[in-house]
Amino acid sequence: MVPVDYYVILSAILFTLGALGVLIRRNPLIIFMSIELMLNAGNLAFVAFGRSYEVAGGQPFYTGQIFVFFVIAVAAAEVAVGLALIVEIFKTKKNINVDEMNSLKG
Amino acid sequence: MTSELIVFLVLSLVAISSAFGMLFSRNAVYSALFLVLNFVTVAVFYLMLGAPFIAMSQITVYAGAIMVLFLFVIMLLGAESLVPLPQAMPWQRPLAFILAAILAVESVYLIFARSRLNTVITAPDAATNSMEGLRDMAMILFDQFLLPFEITSILLLVAMVGAIVLTNREKVGHK
Repeated sequence: MVPVDYYVILSAILFTLGALGVLIRRNPLIIFMSIELMLNAGNLAFVAFGRSYEVAGGQPFYTGQIFVFFVIAVAAAEVAVGLALIVEIFKTKKNINVDEMNSLKG
Repeated sequence: MTSELIVFLVLSLVAISSAFGMLFSRNAVYSALFLVLNFVTVAVFYLMLGAPFIAMSQITVYAGAIMVLFLFVIMLLGAESLVPLPQAMPWQRPLAFILAAILAVESVYLIFARSRLNTVITAPDAATNSMEGLRDMAMILFDQFLLPFEITSILLLVAMVGAIVLTNREKVGHK
């Protein structure tokens, strides 16, 4: 018997931690992990709200879960391209400090 | 205090502390492993919310595929032993903490200030965690959401081609 607000507050806390990670870390790999954490917090809110509609309406409600399914697919695509970019930048610059990634020229 | 609430509180403590561990550990490999712990905890939350398919996708795609990719890249680049670099902007870190605190306060405030749903989520019964529920979800996914599903396949194809082209530039040739 957990109120849905608890899940939403946990999701908000996890999202805030992800945003904090994007702001304070200089390593782009950690920044990517923080973005994954934020996507995950959004997913948790989706599933919690979907379940609360299910409990309130008394019949199955799957739209929230299907949205989460799409978000997972988008996150997988984003990580593949992002990590390829990081590897390529490391090959050119020999380091991966985000403060030095300020030019589009390779 | 029901047993379900106790499980929720313990797991949310694990989730939040593993997120903190991900943020503040010096070693990137430890960060990745903390994030795996966080993802598995969230998968247990999905099971408590009656979403077994999403829970299993979370474990296989996030904790399995994505984090293994992260670990591969960390070890490939040797980024696990990166020393903390000097900050280009010294005021950035305190400002980031202040902004994150503001974000946390205002999001929790909004959750409490709006008209609350007042729904209490009960544990899913056995029917939710069976093949019936999975079949119903698949029917909706391939009926109402068929077009987004097909677009997802194009997105994955483009990401795959993009990753190959980006990391293989010298062989493709840039004239």
